[in-house]
Amino acid sequence: MSAAVRRFPVRLDIRRGFIDMSHGGGGRAMAQLIDELFLKYFDNPYLRQGNDQATFAVEAGRMVMSVDGHVISPLFFPGGDIGSLAVHGTVNDVAMSGAKPLHLSAGFIIEEGFPLSDLERIVKSMAEAARDADVTIVAGDTKVVERGSGDGVFITTTGIGVIPDGIEISGDRAAPGDQVIVSGTLGDHGVTIMSSRENLTFDTSITSDSASLHGLVAALIDAVPEVHCLRDPTRGGLATALNEIAFQSGVGMSLTETAIPVRPAVNAACELLGLDPLYIANEGKLVCVCPPEQAEAALAALRAHPLGANAAIIGEVTKDPNSLVQMKTDFGGNRVLDWLSGEQLPRIC
Amino acid sequence: MKYVDEFRRQDVASRLRDAIAEAADTDRQYRLMEFCGGHTHAIFRYGVQDLMPDNVSFVHGPGCPVCVLPMGRIDNAIKLAVDDGVILCIYGDLLRVPGSGRTSLMKVKASGGDVRMVYSTQDALQIARDNPTREVVFFAIGFETTTPATAVALQLARRERLENFSVFCNHVLTPAAIQNILESPEVRRIGSVQIDGFFGPSHVSSIIGSQPYEFFAREYQKPVVIAGFEPLDVMQAALMLIRQLNDGRFEVENQYTRVVTREGNQKAQKLVAETFDLRREFEWRGLGLVPYSALAIKPEFSTWDAETRFDVPPVTASDVKGCECPSILRGAARPTDCRLFDVVCTPENPMGSCMVSSEGACAAYYSYGRFRQSASKSEAAA
Amino acid sequence: MCLAVPARVVDVDALSDAATIELGEVRKDVSLALVDDVRVDDFVLIHVGYALSKISTEEADRTLALMEAAGIVAEDNL
Repeated sequence: MSAAVRRFPVRLDIRRGFIDMSHGGGGRAMAQLIDELFLKYFDNPYLRQGNDQATFAVEAGRMVMSVDGHVISPLFFPGGDIGSLAVHGTVNDVAMSGAKPLHLSAGFIIEEGFPLSDLERIVKSMAEAARDADVTIVAGDTKVVERGSGDGVFITTTGIGVIPDGIEISGDRAAPGDQVIVSGTLGDHGVTIMSSRENLTFDTSITSDSASLHGLVAALIDAVPEVHCLRDPTRGGLATALNEIAFQSGVGMSLTETAIPVRPAVNAACELLGLDPLYIANEGKLVCVCPPEQAEAALAALRAHPLGANAAIIGEVTKDPNSLVQMKTDFGGNRVLDWLSGEQLPRIC
Repeated sequence: MKYVDEFRRQDVASRLRDAIAEAADTDRQYRLMEFCGGHTHAIFRYGVQDLMPDNVSFVHGPGCPVCVLPMGRIDNAIKLAVDDGVILCIYGDLLRVPGSGRTSLMKVKASGGDVRMVYSTQDALQIARDNPTREVVFFAIGFETTTPATAVALQLARRERLENFSVFCNHVLTPAAIQNILESPEVRRIGSVQIDGFFGPSHVSSIIGSQPYEFFAREYQKPVVIAGFEPLDVMQAALMLIRQLNDGRFEVENQYTRVVTREGNQKAQKLVAETFDLRREFEWRGLGLVPYSALAIKPEFSTWDAETRFDVPPVTASDVKGCECPSILRGAARPTDCRLFDVVCTPENPMGSCMVSSEGACAAYYSYGRFRQSASKSEAAA
Repeated sequence: MCLAVPARVVDVDALSDAATIELGEVRKDVSLALVDDVRVDDFVLIHVGYALSKISTEEADRTLALMEAAGIVAEDNL
C-alpha cells in the first residue's frame, strides 16, 4: 500500500468487479486498488506517507512482536469474517504478553477472480476491528495468485506492542498452587465454523467469539499485575493451551470439569459430531494462570469486562514431573486431557 | 440434553459404585470385556474405572470398524482415488487410517486426490447428483449400525438411476467377530482368554436386537449384558454382569431397554437383507480372516458396486511385526504389554489397528489411561 | 463405536421421509428411511444422518429409576 494519493478517471467497479492479475502487478491497477479500497478504509497518517515502510517513534521499554497467517473456510461466518479475525488473532497474540498492541501490518494474498465486493467487505471489517482495538494498520502488501492457487483470500498480519513496566507474563511461569482461570465459554468459534461448512450444516444460534482481548488483558493486569501466564486457546482449544503451559513450566494441572463453562449448544453440536469442546478453537477467550492469593481479584476483574462475563476458575497448577493436565470429571472419575492427536474430525464411531 | 445428561449424573454414579462394591465378591476377579469402542470411550472419558473395586477390570475389545479395516482395503480405496480418479466420499474417521507404505487418505488428499469427507450417505448421493460427469465412490465402513444407511443409499441410487455413484462395501458383522475372539486357532496359540463376561453392543443391537447373542451366551457359557454408551449404563451393566457371575448364570440381559428390543429394527434388517449378501470370509485388521463376518453388495445392485465397476484386486498387506494387536483385540494382552506402544506406535503414527482410531484400545489407553499409574504416584509424592 | 445421539423430533416431512431433530439448541435434518411412525416430540437415536430407532421414554424412565434405586435390576428385564 505504498502508493501516493492519485486520482483515477474511472473508479473501481466494486459491486460487479473481480480481482485480476493486474491488481497484483505493481502498475496502475494495483495503485488504484490500494487507493480506492485499502487506503479508503485503513486510512491513517502512516499509510498516507506513501512509502514502502511505515516510520514511527517508539516509547522506551520492552516491545513485543507477533505474526499470524489467517486462512479460513468459509471466509464469512456468524460473528465475523477473515478480516476481523486477522486483526483479532494478532492483537490477541500480542496482548497475551500483557502488552498494549500498537500497530499491525497486513499482507493479502488474493486469488484471481475474487469479487471486489467481498474484498471490500473484508477490508471494511478489518478496518472496524482495528479501530475497535485501537491499533493502526501501518503497512500492507497485496499479491494476486492465479485462479486455483489460493482459497479466495489469505491474510497475514504482524503486530507490535509495548509491555507495561513490572509485567512478567510467560508460559514458563506457572507454579504449583497457582489458579487456572478461563475468560468465558469454550468452543464457540470452532463449532460456528463447522456449522457453516458444507456437509455438516446444522442450525444453531451460536456465533463465533472472535474478539480483540487487549482491553480484557489491560483490565486484568491492572487489577493483578502478578499474572504468571496468559494464552488464547485457539487451534487445539483449551486442552492444548494448558498442555503447552504445563510443558513449558514443568508442572501439572488439575481441573474440575463442572467448573468449565461450555454453552449447551456447543455441547450438543459436539455430541452430534463426536467432538470434544475442550479441543475446539476459540478466538476471543483467554486462559490465565495466577497466584492463588490473587485469583479472586483476577476473576472479578475479568467478570467486570463485557468479554469476561462468564469467566471462571477451573482448576489449579500441581507439582507433576510428567506435566499432565488432569480433570476430575462431572461423573466423579479422573481423566487425562492429552495433547490433541491430528485434528478434530467429525466421526461416526 | 434429554436422555444424555441424566445418564451422566454423579450422584447416581456413586450409588451404583457402592452397589457394585457390595456385590463384587472380594475372593474373585471380574474381567469384563467391552466389545465396542463406544464403551471403551465412555470408560476412559468419564473415568469409570476409578469407580470400580480393584477386582473388577475392563478388557477392551476390537469393537471399532475403523480399527479392524485391513490395510489392503485402504490401499484399494487409495487406488480408486489416485488411479481411477474418482471422487472418493468417506466418513471423517477414515482420513488418518494408515494404508501400506505409510500412506493414508489424508496424504492422498494432500497430493491432489479428490477425497471428500461426508457426514451421511445422503451427502455422498448429492455429490454424485452434482457431478454427473464424475465417478463418485462412497467408501462404506461400519458395523450393523451403519450398514442400513448404506442400504438406503444403494436403493436410492437404483431408483434414481444414478449411474455415476457406487459403493465400496466394507460392512462387517459383530457376532462373527465376538465368536472369533473366543474360539479362533490364534486363541489357542495365545492361550486361554481371561474374560468372564461381555458388555453387548448398544447401537449395533438397536438394529440386530438382543436375540443374536443368545446362542453365544449359551455356547460359551459367558454372560452378556447389552449396555448403553453412557457411563451410568456401563456401570449398571457391570453390576448386572457381576450378579450373573455370582449366581453362576450366563444369560443375555438387556440394560439398554430404552432403545434395544429382542427383535431389533426389522425395517432396517429388511433393507439390509434386500441389498447385501454374506461374504464367505473377510479380513479384519488384527484378527485375520474371519468366516462369514462381512457383507457384499447383492448382484442385482452390481451397477452400484465399486468392486465390480472398478478393478479392486484382493490385497493382503501384512500387519506390522512385533505389533500385539491380535492379542490385545482378544483381551489376552494389554496395550502396555506391546513393545511398540508409545515407542514407535502413537496416535500420530499408528502401527496397529488398536491405535488407528481414537476408540481403539491402544489409542484410548494412550489418550486417557497412559499416565494413570504415574499420575497417581506423583500425586502421592506431592 | 457407532456414535449415535438421542434427539427430539420437532418437524416431520412425510413427503421426503425426513425430519428435523433438536438436540440442546442444535437442529439438524435427518432421514426417516429406517423407522416408521415417527411423530413430532418423539425421541429418536441419530446416527450418520439417519434416525436409527425410536427411544422408549417409558423404558428410559424405568432404567433411571432402577439406577437411582442403586441399580437393582429385575431378573425379568429382557
